[in-house]
Amino acid sequence: MSVLELRDVSKVYGDGPAQVHALRNVSLNVDDGELVAVMGPSGSGKSTLLTIAGTLEEPTAGEVLVGGAAVLGMSHNDRARLRRRSIGYVFQDFNLLAGLTAAENVSLPLELDGVPGGSARQSGLRALDELGLRERAGSFPDELSGGERQRVAIARAVVGDRRLLLADEPSGALDSVNGEAVMRLIRAACQRGVAGVVVTHDAQLASWADRVVFLRDGRVVDQTAPAVGPESLLAPNT
Amino acid sequence: MSIRHALLALLSEGPKYGLQLRQDFEARTGDVWPLNVGQVYTTLQRLERDGLVESDGSEEEGPQKRFRITDDGRAELAVWLRTPPDLSSPPRDELVIKILVAVRLPDVDVHEVVQAHRRYLVQLMQEWTRLKEYAANRDLGFGLAVDAELFRLDAVVRWLDAADGRIKRASVERPDAERLPLPRVPRKAVVRS
Repeated sequence: MSVLELRDVSKVYGDGPAQVHALRNVSLNVDDGELVAVMGPSGSGKSTLLTIAGTLEEPTAGEVLVGGAAVLGMSHNDRARLRRRSIGYVFQDFNLLAGLTAAENVSLPLELDGVPGGSARQSGLRALDELGLRERAGSFPDELSGGERQRVAIARAVVGDRRLLLADEPSGALDSVNGEAVMRLIRAACQRGVAGVVVTHDAQLASWADRVVFLRDGRVVDQTAPAVGPESLLAPNT
Repeated sequence: MSIRHALLALLSEGPKYGLQLRQDFEARTGDVWPLNVGQVYTTLQRLERDGLVESDGSEEEGPQKRFRITDDGRAELAVWLRTPPDLSSPPRDELVIKILVAVRLPDVDVHEVVQAHRRYLVQLMQEWTRLKEYAANRDLGFGLAVDAELFRLDAVVRWLDAADGRIKRASVERPDAERLPLPRVPRKAVVRS
């Protein structure tokens, strides 16, 4: 089932001669359990695509559907609830709140959504546990390594019943071993049924995805065929 | 990697029989490099002649003969491990040549050519990554080999990205730049024939 659907989405910033077409007629479907990478150079519209998919920004034209519901007609409150309940974000610089422990950072979105403290905390600990961070639950962000901070951010993005995970250069500041760990966690979340979108200019990150979509000057210019199984690479031996 | 040095490396772990060496060799290379028994024994004979390995007594050639590495063999292995392979002058690169040709052809959209190659490379990287996902944590050697392949392909994708940007900028700044004669690049630096 399609968790995220962009239909013919365009985004224009400014007007007159200073007008910038960040996205031009972009259509994209991401199913539950699917991880899609969006690749393109700086200025190709990757980040705009992600903020529109996350309902943080409105398109100039076109439609956005999350979980089958059109975002455009929603009230401000409905949209905020959709963001809190269904969408998780992972940013390059983690965006954890410095004054809260790892566990508090992870359960915060649930508490904001009205989940009682005790049960929000339980869900938060469970999400940390899944990412191998249970013993770090009481640590503050500045007591964690870069790799651990990003794992906390991923836990926060998938806590509760999130269905859409959006990540912007999620391993940007990490070395390649930690970067790989981050992508393995995002893939694991997708294998549990979450739909994932990762935007990146890094081909090694993108190659973790089931499908890679290429953006150029705000347009989808190409995409890879859905990844085949590993057996094709081993074929010469058989 | 030469079979010679691979056998020295295996023998540095302890004495081994010929057949065992062949099996260990294939296991370490993930079965992607099958050897025949003849290759193993010919190489062992040469290593013995050069004083890099020695065998038990004077039994006949065959699976019963056991080999061990000599001090000279260890020294040879240590030198080989630390000798950089020749990366100083790159071989003729077909992809670079295709892009250089595409840039100069008036009816060709070079960005589209670049993208076709980029898509192919990223698809290949997806397949390697899938292999890594399933196997790398179980087999260190395999994980290292897959990483090497991924970094190599990644470097080509990065070059395509840089080329794409450079061509775009050049066409904005000097629309006719593509048709100007190229400066001569020192032959040795680019093409090795």
